[in-house]
Amino acid sequence: MYDFVTGPLLWLSLIIFFAGLIFRTVYYIKGLDTFLDRVTYGVNTAYGVKSAIKSVLHWIIPFGSRSWRVKPIFTILVFIFHIGLVITPIFLPAHNLILEERWGFRLPTISDTTADIMTIAVIVSALFLIIRRIALPEVRILTSAYDYLIMLITVAPFITGFISFHQISDYQFWVILHILCGEIMLIAIPFTKLSHIVLFFLSRIQIGMDFGIKRGGMKGGGKTW
Amino acid sequence: MPEGKFCNKKPINTEEELRELLSDTRGTTYYKEMEELDVDSDAIQATLQKTLKSRLKTWLEVCAHCGLCADSCFFYIANNRDPKQVPSYKIQSTLGEIVKKKGKVTNEFMRHVMDTAWGKCTCCNRCATYCPFGIDMGVMFSYLRGLCFTQGFIPWEMKIGSGMHRVYRAQMDITTEDWVDTCEWMAEEYEDDWPGIEIPVDKENADIIYTVNAREPKHYPEDLGEAAALFHLAGENWTVPSEGWEETSLAMFAGDWAGCKMQVESVYDAIDRLKPKRMVVTECGHAYRATVIEGPYWCGRKDGKPPVETLHYVEWVAEALRNGKIKIDPTKKIKEPVTYQDSCNYIRNAGLRKCAREIMSYIAEDFREMKPCGEHNFCCGGGGGMNGLGRYRDERNTGFKVKRDQILETGAMLVITPCHNCWDAVRDLEETYKVGIRWSFLKPLLLEMAIVPDHLKPKE
Ligand code: SF4
Ligand code: SF4
Repeated sequence: MYDFVTGPLLWLSLIIFFAGLIFRTVYYIKGLDTFLDRVTYGVNTAYGVKSAIKSVLHWIIPFGSRSWRVKPIFTILVFIFHIGLVITPIFLPAHNLILEERWGFRLPTISDTTADIMTIAVIVSALFLIIRRIALPEVRILTSAYDYLIMLITVAPFITGFISFHQISDYQFWVILHILCGEIMLIAIPFTKLSHIVLFFLSRIQIGMDFGIKRGGMKGGGKTW
Repeated sequence: MPEGKFCNKKPINTEEELRELLSDTRGTTYYKEMEELDVDSDAIQATLQKTLKSRLKTWLEVCAHCGLCADSCFFYIANNRDPKQVPSYKIQSTLGEIVKKKGKVTNEFMRHVMDTAWGKCTCCNRCATYCPFGIDMGVMFSYLRGLCFTQGFIPWEMKIGSGMHRVYRAQMDITTEDWVDTCEWMAEEYEDDWPGIEIPVDKENADIIYTVNAREPKHYPEDLGEAAALFHLAGENWTVPSEGWEETSLAMFAGDWAGCKMQVESVYDAIDRLKPKRMVVTECGHAYRATVIEGPYWCGRKDGKPPVETLHYVEWVAEALRNGKIKIDPTKKIKEPVTYQDSCNYIRNAGLRKCAREIMSYIAEDFREMKPCGEHNFCCGGGGGMNGLGRYRDERNTGFKVKRDQILETGAMLVITPCHNCWDAVRDLEETYKVGIRWSFLKPLLLEMAIVPDHLKPKE
């Protein structure tokens, strides 16, 4: 079982993950249309690029946009959650050990303690995001079972990873479950709204170009996010 | 009854149809017929497949259901934070459902879609500024309006508005003759105070072609006289076209894209015919948005720009003040606290925030910004056609609360509103809530404050 989930299944999920995201990106860009979107992507592009960079930067920097600033608690939660989600799996010592064994290279790593803190941070912030979903009427009305499923898919690798790493219970069982959860997440990303790991950037670039080329960027007004 | 006499899927194309529809007071029969109107699901689905591409599809799909857009919408705030007013909810429960059901929706559902697309959104695009993904409900509701238009589910006044553009190339029944007469009449009216004043019609190669909002010749012709006086004062070589003078687009509010194209083409044709160096658009926000920002795309212009460089009136005023073409008498500057209503259409969606501030620095001693302002300002409450829709009068008046409070918070009792929709909205909000505020376009204020050189003064 262990050999299967760390062998062919891992390969498969990685292929689906990368190919899926490449497909999503290409498909998105191909579907942009000057006249349907009413943005001349190909004319005055420089204005668009400038504005697109701003559009992304203001939103990936904590408190970089007015929207982030007026909702500080939510912003802190979102950033802790996302930073943990991205950093932990990529720079985890255990993952890099496997990477080195398999493919002979490794990335710089964070310490096990940092990884632990980040894992807990992801789980706790997810918990608060779920509470927020239930508590605030304006978020509750938007919420469906799908949103909880997505959250589960995202957080499950962290919970199972934490349990297996600390050998809280049957290691063999939890580590296989952890790997499976990770693979489910990788496979789910291109097919669900988790695809926003690329579509977030594409969408922000698009709206940045829209404002930069058409809606004021060329008048020097420039959108302030 | 699939297609009604008034309420059907065909746009208005003749004067006669227009008159008939107008005779159905307040659309009583029209809305009754709408209850029977068939939904052509296949046509909806075909349109979706052709036009719902990357950006709209992605917006519908990746919305994180985070609710960050809630507070950005003035309707949400004004309706005591009613969750049904959250922008994401409004679009997911309308366009989102249509897409999910592949167009197979009921008549009742389409009426609900109409009531949301026109009664709960002014397409102010503010939510786009607050969503982490940049999801722009203004753009999506505008798209949805287009879908509704093809199915005949549009408010009565919108059908009339679109018909007006199709028949008269203006949002009101003004013929070329009416318009030219009004120009002559206003030139005469202003001649006593401004000797030598002209409203030159169809002059070729002028520096400026000036285009207006049909409400000006129809309801406040003095606006045209004031514009002429200010051009005269600034020594501009300008003209108005006899045809293609109308900048506004109720067709845009109606989602009638073919009508939009016809309207805008009439203006571009005037430009091609008269070869002016630049165009100046009157104090109207959506007119500028329609003819300058969106219009080029409706007409298939590949550069996305109108045929000549175009200025909104506030750009021209800022320039005239900057270059000293118009000089302000410092003793006549506005002394009382005054605030400025940033129009969504030319501030948030066309980047003219700085021009507005520049003008205020010349004419006001105590300028107070609303909070928030500029690109972040709230819609006046009357945008997107809302001002003209009887069916959503209550929704609009409730929405006004946000603007009312924003104005009152500045402490200013005078609001400068260089946009027809904002001007109307502030007037109607005063009528509704009686808070004691006044409002004005720029032109009359500038005329009161400007220094008139002796050679332009009337000889006693
Ligand atoms: S475009 Fe304006 S009115 Fe419409 S949902 Fe967004 S914020 Fe509300
Ligand atoms: S802010 Fe954007 S992502 Fe969040 S609910 Fe609103 S539209 Fe969706």
